Formats: sequence, C-alpha cells, structure tokens
Amino acid sequence: MQDDSIIKVKNVNFHYGDFKALTDINMDFEKSRVTALIGPSGCGKSTLLRLLNRMNDLIDGTRVEGEVLFEDKNIYDSNVDPVEIRRRIGMVFQKPNPFPKSIFNNIIYGPRLLGVTGKGDLRDLAEQSLRQAVLWDEVKDILGQSAMMLSGGQQQRLCIARALAMKPDVLLMDEPTSALDPISTAKIEELIEGLKKHYTIIIVTHNMQQAARISDYTGFFYLGKLIEYNLTEKLFTTPDVKQTEDYITGRFG
Amino acid sequence: MSTIQMISEEEVIRSPSHRKAISNMKWRYLKQNLFLGVVRLSALIIAVSLGGFLFYIFVNGIGAISWDFLTLPPRDSMTKGGIMPAILGTFYLTTGAIIIALPLGVLSAVYLSEYAKQGPVVRIIRIGVNCLAGVPSIVFGLFGLGLFVVFLQFGSCILSGALTLGFLILPTIIGASEEALKAVPQTFREASLALGVSRWQTIFRIVLPNALPGILTGSILGVGRAAGETAPIMFTAAAFFTAKLPASIFDEVMALPYHIYVLATAGTHIEQTRPIQYGTALVLIALVLGIDLIAIIIRSYMRKKKGW
Ligand SMILES: Nc1ncnc2c1ncn2[C@@H]1O[C@H](COP(=O)(O)OP(=O)(O)OP(=O)(O)O)[C@@H](O)[C@H]1O
Ligand SMILES: [Mg+2]
Repeated sequence: MQDDSIIKVKNVNFHYGDFKALTDINMDFEKSRVTALIGPSGCGKSTLLRLLNRMNDLIDGTRVEGEVLFEDKNIYDSNVDPVEIRRRIGMVFQKPNPFPKSIFNNIIYGPRLLGVTGKGDLRDLAEQSLRQAVLWDEVKDILGQSAMMLSGGQQQRLCIARALAMKPDVLLMDEPTSALDPISTAKIEELIEGLKKHYTIIIVTHNMQQAARISDYTGFFYLGKLIEYNLTEKLFTTPDVKQTEDYITGRFG
Repeated sequence: MSTIQMISEEEVIRSPSHRKAISNMKWRYLKQNLFLGVVRLSALIIAVSLGGFLFYIFVNGIGAISWDFLTLPPRDSMTKGGIMPAILGTFYLTTGAIIIALPLGVLSAVYLSEYAKQGPVVRIIRIGVNCLAGVPSIVFGLFGLGLFVVFLQFGSCILSGALTLGFLILPTIIGASEEALKAVPQTFREASLALGVSRWQTIFRIVLPNALPGILTGSILGVGRAAGETAPIMFTAAAFFTAKLPASIFDEVMALPYHIYVLATAGTHIEQTRPIQYGTALVLIALVLGIDLIAIIIRSYMRKKKGW
C-alpha cells in the first residue's frame, strides 16, 4: 500500500485469554490522514486501537501475535518501552476522562513529568494545546478552575488538548463523540479536520455519516476480521465487498 | 375516556382476584414492617447501650476531671494528682505507631492492589494480612517483647511500643488503603498511562493523591484502636509509674489504658482510686472520639474538594 504509512499492522492476531478478538489483521495507516474504523459492536475496533499504543498490555492474559510497525519498528519488540510508545501515540477515550485537577493542570500534567518545567513554557504549551483543541476561547479565563466543572463536550476537547500537549505523532480516538450532543460533536469533527495536517488520526466510530465526513480511509471490521479497507469515498459509495455494502446500507445481520 | 376510569374503586376491590392481590399485599406489608422493626430494634439496642455506656463513664468520670488532673503527674502512690504523663505517653505511642505503619501499610497496599500481578502469591499475602488482623493483641505484645525489647535490645520504651502498635494497626491500614485505591476510577489510571506516563508516576501522581482521603480516614480510625490497647504495650513500653516525662524514644512511658488497668487491678487502693480510673477512661474515650472526629472532618473536607 502507501509508502508513507506511519503504522503498519502485519499479520496480527489478538487474544483475550482463550478468546480470539482479532484475526489476521493487515492494515497500514497513512501519515497525516484520518482513518476511520467502523463495524458492529464487539467486532474488535477498540481492541485494534488499543493494540496500536499498547494499552492492551494493561489487561491481564492478553496475547499478541504478529507485528505492529511504528515508523518501521515493531512496538512489541522486547526492547521497546511502551511508555514511550504511548507518549508518541496519544489516545482519547469514549467517555471524557479529565483528572480531578484544574484545567491548566490537566494539560500540563504529562509535559511536566517529561521535564518541561518553565512557567512560561508550560503556559504557552497549555495555550497552544487548548487552541488546537478549539477550547481556548471558552476556558482562557478559568484555567484555574476544576476540569470537572466543564460540560461533557468541553471535557472531551480538554482531553484532546491534554493528549496534544504531549506532542504525539498519532492520535487514537475511540468513539470520541458518542457521549456528546450534536453541537459538541460538530465542534470535535471540526477540530479533527484542523488537526490532520500535523497528526495522523485513527478514529473508531459507530456513526457512519461521521466516518464519511471526516475520514480519508475507512476500515470495516466484522467478527475480528478486517473485511474491507478502502478510500472512504469508495467504501461508502461502491464498496468492493458485499458485506460492507450490507452494513453501510443497514441491511446487516 | 378509558374504561378503567369508569369502574368504581369498590367494584375493583370486590373482584376475587383483586381481593387476593390485596391480601397478598397486606401480608407483604406486614412482613416488610416486621423486618424494618427488627432492624430498627437492633439499631436501637446498639445506640442505647453505647449511649448508656458513654453516659455511665461520663457521669462517673467527670468529677475527677480538672485542669490539674490533665496537667499534673500522679502522686501519693497514684491515689492523687493527675494523669498527664499517661496522656502524653499514649499520644507518643499512637503517633509513633502511625508514623511507622502508615508508609509501610500504604506501600504494601500499593504493591498488592496496583502493582503485583494478581495470583497465588498476592492471595497468600492477603490471607496473611487478614490473619494478622485477627491475631489477639496480647500476641502482638509478646511478639514485640521478643523482637524489639529482647532481641533487638531496645528495652521497654516508646520505640518498642510504637513498633508493636504499628504492627497491630498495619492490617487496618493496608485494608483501608486497598479500599481507597480501588475506589479511584480506573479511567484516571488509563488517562494517565495513555499519555505516556509511567506506571509508578501514575500511581504516585494520580492514584495515591486521589486515594489519600480514604487512606487517611481508614487509617486514623484504626489509630483509635491502637490508642486504647493495653496488651501490646504492657511488656513493650508502658511503665507502671514514672513521674518524669520521656526524654527520648528509648524511655519508658505511662499510657492511659495501662494506667486504668494498673489502678483497677494491681494497686492497693483500688476502691479509693475509682474516680481516677473513670476519669482516665473518660479522657481515653474523649481522645479516641476526638481522633475519629478529625478523620471524619478530613474526609468530608476532601470529599467536597475532589468532585468525582
Ligand atoms: N478485557 C476484555 N477481556 C475479554 N474480552 C474482551 C475484553 N475487551 C473486549 N473483549 C471482547 O473482544 C471483542 C472485541 O471487543 P472490542 O471492545 O474491541 O469491540 P468494539 O468493536 O470496540 O465494540 P464496541 O463498538 O461495542 O465498542 C468483544 O467480543 C469483547 O467481548
Ligand atoms: Mg469499542
């Protein structure tokens, strides 16, 4: 496939204990593009996403076969530090999960542990991240207030800003708008549009219009298998596989 | 208009199936009331006996309480004077126990519930901790005597007593800390780890600070127990009588519970010192309740702050 792919998933099988959640996945993610993962509930989208930044390591009894190449290095090699991988491949979760700290401290929590300590530097970084997440104007006067006071949509954008403050290369998003109202959803779609110049974004979504609106490529999963991986436009208009067509037209199951 | 509204209430009640339902319902109400009654009664019994007990101690003890009683050492073979050395001794012993047991207990809890792979080893450690919680306090006393007083040659002193009490409250602190750690939402850990923050930093920057109110409350409540224990300090720290105050952690001290025990059982003036015994008991209870009150205040203050 594309030569400028930043992540390459090669022959990956994934097991939760005895349960095989992903079967023989081959998938390349192109740099500075938005890739959407769609498919019915339980088909393994989140599992694949969490495989890309080694979040699945945190679950006992999981097993990975195959390779996940990030900039041509297998992130599952024994000499790779998962902490470094997670710094470079950020993640935004389905439910907004800010820390019970102030807005400002949420953003600078990670960078400060990385060694960014100058007051001015941290402030600049916070402003820059909040601007990228299109939240700055709403919170610039209340940076010291608890992040728990924000609305769900604002919290989710804060979580995006918090991830961006680590200066990742890739941003993984697992149904980032499924808990939000339409206006907040629109705002987040808009900011994703703005981010894709500088970041590679991989997003799981149940909302097919959303996938069609914001992504360049789409992968359709079913029962732990990648059924079709195509240009979004192609996948949603003239899919190559019958199963994909059944799913996107709602004639599934 | 629906037909249901047009049937009069009486008609409904007259139908046999409804009558049966209603009698069922009455029976259920009866059962519910019976059950609630039993629950209320148990609560009442506890409240009344606790209240009665406190009242009894208060009435018998309050006469002995005075400024001198709280600030002077005993005199005339402990038949007169105050209990200041015992108050101070109990304060030193419990504070020492906390200083020893809190870091140890919290770190053990972190290991058990955050770090170790859940498996047979952890299970065995947990069983061990639970067993420790059930060990009679006199056994702790003998253990402290054997290890700290004799083997390590600390002698009977604050250090030995605090260490012994520390071990006594360790299971409580580990239990409270594990509970508090478990109560921290998993999403906080995920959020931190997903940023590329290490496991240890996540534990120390996110998990522990958020668990702290729970850890402190649970631990402080455990301290109440330590303050009131006699058996563990009997051989390891407590002096029958010493008018001088301790100069270092290697000195013996008097302690409130031991003082009561001594006056009530071992003196030649048992009857004569009854008011002092009750007065000392009152002070001890006030101390323990005071400590618990502090715990409750900390908890409610921090709960208001945390917002989850
Ligand atoms: N921690 C786990 N332990 C065991 N099985 C799991 C675990 N997490 C997920 N699974 C199983 O793996 C399969 C894929 O789950 P996954 O969460 O990846 O699905 P998904 O496509 O993200 O679904 P959804 O759209 O509902 O989020 C499911 O059958 C699920 O039951
Ligand atoms: Mg999912």
